[in-house]
Amino acid sequence: MSTRNITMLQAVNEAMHERMEMDSDTLLLGEDIGKNGGVFRATDGLYETFGPSRVIDTPLAEAGIIGSSIGLALNGKKPIVEIQFLAFIYPGFEQLVSHAARMRYRTRGQFHLPMVIRAPYGAGIRGPELHSESVESFFVQTPGLKVVAPGNPYDAKGLFHAAVKDPDPVLFLEDTKLYRAFKQDVPAESYEIPLGKAAVVREGSDLTMVAWGSMVREAVKAAERMEKEKGWSCEVIDLRTIYPFDRETIIESVKKTGRAAVMHEAHKTGGLGAEITAVINEEALVYLRAPVQRVAGYDVPVPQFMVEDLYLPDAGRMANAVEKAMTF
Amino acid sequence: MTNRHQELGMSDEHVMEMYRTMLTARMLDERLWLLNRAGKIPFVISCQGQEAAQAGASAALDTTVDYVLPYYRDLGVVLHFGMTPEEVMLSNFAREGDPNSGGRQMPGHFGKRESNIVTGSSPVTTQVPHAAGIALALKQKKKEAVAFTTFGEGSSNQGDFHEGINFASVHQLPVIFMCENNKYAISVPLDKQLNVEHVSDRAAAYGIPGESIDGNDPLAVYDAVKRARERALRGEGPSLIETVSYRLTPHSSDDDDMTYRSKEEVDQARTTDALETFRHYLEEVSLLTPEGEEALRSEIRAVIDEATEAAEQASYPDPTTLMNHVYEEGNS
Ligand SMILES: Cc1ncc(C[n+]2csc(CCOP(=O)(O)OP(=O)(O)O)c2C)c(N)n1
Ligand SMILES: [Mg+2]
Repeated sequence: MSTRNITMLQAVNEAMHERMEMDSDTLLLGEDIGKNGGVFRATDGLYETFGPSRVIDTPLAEAGIIGSSIGLALNGKKPIVEIQFLAFIYPGFEQLVSHAARMRYRTRGQFHLPMVIRAPYGAGIRGPELHSESVESFFVQTPGLKVVAPGNPYDAKGLFHAAVKDPDPVLFLEDTKLYRAFKQDVPAESYEIPLGKAAVVREGSDLTMVAWGSMVREAVKAAERMEKEKGWSCEVIDLRTIYPFDRETIIESVKKTGRAAVMHEAHKTGGLGAEITAVINEEALVYLRAPVQRVAGYDVPVPQFMVEDLYLPDAGRMANAVEKAMTF
Repeated sequence: MTNRHQELGMSDEHVMEMYRTMLTARMLDERLWLLNRAGKIPFVISCQGQEAAQAGASAALDTTVDYVLPYYRDLGVVLHFGMTPEEVMLSNFAREGDPNSGGRQMPGHFGKRESNIVTGSSPVTTQVPHAAGIALALKQKKKEAVAFTTFGEGSSNQGDFHEGINFASVHQLPVIFMCENNKYAISVPLDKQLNVEHVSDRAAAYGIPGESIDGNDPLAVYDAVKRARERALRGEGPSLIETVSYRLTPHSSDDDDMTYRSKEEVDQARTTDALETFRHYLEEVSLLTPEGEEALRSEIRAVIDEATEAAEQASYPDPTTLMNHVYEEGNS
């Protein structure tokens, strides 16, 4: 297979090109996704290639975008929606939560919705408050939705293909910090990474770190630092699909290491870290040698600019958590 | 030539104050771009092309009693209502002294209680129902005042637009809804947003007056808002006013408008820039001379210099305050 060295933004863009080519029922909808190519340039070139009937600049109204996409999916199309920033999904929240997520369940499978909703999320790009939030917890409380959050270009492309092929609605979260952060060798052909499967991105024996999106890189940095400074060996799991998530990979790892630390940008209280901790407690309690640590955003709206750096979890905070678990 | 502002009952001082607001807004905005391009501030969202609508509308309101619920481009409105250039700079530099949010919120998300500037946030159009609620409270308290809110034409497609205006119409509330139509919603042109010619055409659906005004004519906007205010105070309910102009800058400092519109189109729009056309008017009615204009500009420039300097020197929020104000202090 030939590969190219590309960013996550390019990987997502490429995956969309491929889906559009493979299946003429696939449509893109969103704000500024046409000529402009999206505010992050994720849809660059798609309008030029596939034209205005398949790459649709919608009016500025998210309930309408998600609601009409539900109608499209009900009638044989495969909509791929871009919500400009994750927190701007709120006007469309009702359509997503009350309809997209439960169409299959409430009709006993008569209707189902093959649709993908892409949304950039996360802090650290100096886009304050609603431009920077990590509110995945709202959606992991919504059975019927799948929630995916890739941590690198290779995974982004493979997961995206799987998301579009999935017969149920998938919320595809793209960490804005990762869009152009680094490049990776990505196959030129299309390929899939199955939803619901985590990846062990670094092996270790003393502690298991669980993260997704850009937090994976922070976790790896912390793991490297701990190895060098303390001789502690940390395993890092990139969850990739955050709902429903891969319990087996986490449990298997924790049984081996006996310690765990979960890291996410979302607020600590009620964040996914709490659920992962509970799963570890339920299934691997007797293996634990320290309480599961959580490294998370504080319970305060994401503030802007200078205060933002204080808000955002990083390798330093993860290292503190590791130290706490190792010296418990 | 006829002296239009006197016909509208505006004094020379009043009209010059209006012009000063327009010019201050423009010059401040230009400075923000310079600071952004110099790497000193992270983000700018502009008023350029909409100053006349903003200053004209504000001049018809009563800053001592009316409430404004502006949107992110409304530098002209908030300057008129009492936000200072220094406060604007403090916000753009994200300093502790920023009156809107203590350096926590995005620039352009104006809010200053003592000036009756009601805070807004990033999701568009959410201020429209707030304005209806403020107006209902005004009515119940029997206050001689109105709520004034603004938004873009793209934003008029959100459900909040319908729900807010409908509620205000049903209850005949003293509120003015002003759509600043600048022809683009980021990259999406008007005809991809609406299937009617004017946002104001939608007023018919609510049984309220709708008017589309040249947004580059501050006197026409003044007149429309003044009439809408009088109507509201008579208890006859809300009005929908649309000011049509053109967004002269990219959507924000993060946008490249040349990917979706041409330089010729922007240059063409500059020929009707109100900062030019209204200055000509003031010269024609002998309120301004080229020397007077230069003096006014250097006065404003000095204010902006000082504001920039002060904001740059000001301190960032104290890290220990990161968690403050999520709830009432001491009550969580
Ligand atoms: C609910 C929501 N969706 C998307 C956005 C992103 N966004 C910010 S401004 C804007 C365009 C607004 O256009 P318009 O209403 O015409 O106002 P203008 O900026 O042209 O003044 C968009 C899409 C947002 N802020 N809120
Ligand atoms: Mg607009």
